[in-house]
Amino acid sequence: MYVAVKGGEAAILATHDLVAEARRGDLAVPEITVAQIREQQALACARVMNEGSLYDQDLAALALKQSQGDVIEAAFLMRAYRTTLPRFGSSEPLDTAQMAIRRRVSATYKDLPGGQVLGPTYDYTHRLFDFALMETEPQRAPSPPAGEGWGEGSRDASDMSSKTGANVSDLRDPSSAPSGHLLPQGEKDRAPLDTTMPRVPDILGAEGLMEAEEPPEGDPRPFDLTRDPVSFPADRDVRLQSMARGDEGFLLGLGYSVQRGFGGTHPFVGEVRVGEVAVEFVPEELGFAVDLGDVTLTECQMVNQFQGSKDVPPQFTRGYGLVFGHSERKAMSMSLVDRALKARDFGEATNYPAQQDEFVLYHADNVEAAGFVEHLKLPHYVDFQGELELIRRIRREREERLAQEQGAKEPDTMPEAAE
Amino acid sequence: MTVHQMPADDTKPAYNYAYLDEQTKRMIRRALLKAVAVPGYQVPFGSREMPLARGWGTGGIQITAAIIGPADTLKVIDQGADDTTNAVSIRRFFERTADARTCEATDEATIIQTRHRIPEAPLKSGQVMVYQVPTPEPLRRLEPREAETRKMHAWAEYGLMQVKLYEDIARYGEITKTYDYPVMVNDRYVMAPSPIPKFDNPKMHMSPALQLFGAGREKRIYALPPYTSVKSLDFEDHPFRIQSWTQPCGLCGAGDSYLDEVVIDDQGGRMFVCSDSHYCETRRAEGHRGTMLGDAAASGLVEETTP
Repeated sequence: MYVAVKGGEAAILATHDLVAEARRGDLAVPEITVAQIREQQALACARVMNEGSLYDQDLAALALKQSQGDVIEAAFLMRAYRTTLPRFGSSEPLDTAQMAIRRRVSATYKDLPGGQVLGPTYDYTHRLFDFALMETEPQRAPSPPAGEGWGEGSRDASDMSSKTGANVSDLRDPSSAPSGHLLPQGEKDRAPLDTTMPRVPDILGAEGLMEAEEPPEGDPRPFDLTRDPVSFPADRDVRLQSMARGDEGFLLGLGYSVQRGFGGTHPFVGEVRVGEVAVEFVPEELGFAVDLGDVTLTECQMVNQFQGSKDVPPQFTRGYGLVFGHSERKAMSMSLVDRALKARDFGEATNYPAQQDEFVLYHADNVEAAGFVEHLKLPHYVDFQGELELIRRIRREREERLAQEQGAKEPDTMPEAAE
Repeated sequence: MTVHQMPADDTKPAYNYAYLDEQTKRMIRRALLKAVAVPGYQVPFGSREMPLARGWGTGGIQITAAIIGPADTLKVIDQGADDTTNAVSIRRFFERTADARTCEATDEATIIQTRHRIPEAPLKSGQVMVYQVPTPEPLRRLEPREAETRKMHAWAEYGLMQVKLYEDIARYGEITKTYDYPVMVNDRYVMAPSPIPKFDNPKMHMSPALQLFGAGREKRIYALPPYTSVKSLDFEDHPFRIQSWTQPCGLCGAGDSYLDEVVIDDQGGRMFVCSDSHYCETRRAEGHRGTMLGDAAASGLVEETTP
């Protein structure tokens, strides 16, 4: 008796061991801790929390560690965990006007109540390597082998410093790069921030110039696309939820397309603000709100033009982005696409990808997209055999037909002429 | 540190039977009941994030999780075979989460979860086929917008599909769809049979088994109740026909099964073997021998065992 040789299960188990080995890397290098990732890779953690739809910095850091820094894989881990969590209620709406501001900039007013607060930003860093970061504290790491990035980098840097003079050598001098060098000099001496920081669209709204944001009639609980299937056209709550958990790169590209020409919006950054907001919850048995803690949020409100109509005087319209953590690029992209997706509400043409809710919502989900794209790795040999059978038969029939026609017409034609 | 990071002794979180919580199972069962009541109609459902990747069978897994019980016996196949990697992975998932009894014998299974094939052995009343579906919408390649395709189904407006099939004939002399070949269900809905080869389409027609289709990423469930009419779309002068091969299975000599092509050397050598691994093994156990069985044993493709 014969049986087919089976190795599938053993091979799968072996891949688990191999991935654990690859994740750990060189055992001579100390293992990274979850706390280090949480504290020192906070922007990556923010992206994982956003795309994983779960605010938990420790789990985001663990997901990044487990996935070797693969952000989409990390978001997938977050979501697969999130889906098993019980839902015990909804928080009170967050009030971003009460945000404890870390950073707040407006492109529409030179100065405004509360002022411009630059806070921690890479915006004005020159993108030159800070080779001082190669040093590890308190003890130096062993010298990496020659030919690795560090060795070459240091050679390049010395070349550069000979060309560009003092700048690069300053950069490499640890004394010129004190701890906290991303913060402006004199950060500690700065006056405390104003306690009131009104949101820019609210300032415009007071004048009646800004599209009002009213909750839908009856203020229903927002749709949750992780629990119910989406139908189209999708309402704004669905669109915003989808974008908040959507892929940053995809939204960035769509936002860029709107701005470049594949869309008709001309936005101003009314405001970008980053900071901590309290989350409050009203337990049924208490009947009043209790503070659950703070979340770090980035909020962007874009100001766009609108012609107005017979019934509505001309006013500015809003593009809104709200995301976890410090994620300005994502919040800005989201607010561009949010405005583009309002096209139908304002009677604008919807000719461009960013204006079409089905296109944006179905394709922004990177966990779904990665799953379907990567499923092409799975065996398809049954379907491929069907295609092989068909293509061979069509080619055979074609050759037979051509041979017949050729035999009937000109028996002495060169064979190449039939090709 | 948050609470969930400090589990007591057991580091494995306690998951519900068959992974999904009972509320979610009820939601899926409601969608299944609706799907059975309206054969071929795509029912939207609240597809959950699963610990396996979207596009890797999460729709089928959710259906199986919603219907499986301790009395069931589960068979999982991919490309017709029980030992393909993803079939192994899904079978392990249910062995772990539902303590499932699993089998490879088609006639012993109460639930058969499949990707891309229907077993060769005829199905029986009481069996449930669960299909993994990547693209539940048969009209999607013709009309990308869901808002439009739902209207087309509502109005049974299938002219676009007929035109597409006609254009194939005009261009190639025949309909070139070889898998996921569209079917008309119960004379009402055009349905995607999932990417099974068109060879398997006739097995769906008037099947005594209940057939359930799950598309996790697209969040749709549809169904064929037992003894439902399933007709592959065609034209009177171009009737539907299935694939055929010029040679039988090289291992078991079957001439009536769907064959996989195995490349055996770099000189153009090919061998054709049953895609349904259990069917092939059963035939060999019964003493059927293909012409290449000896060679296959020599090259390690199959092993000879003493009965």
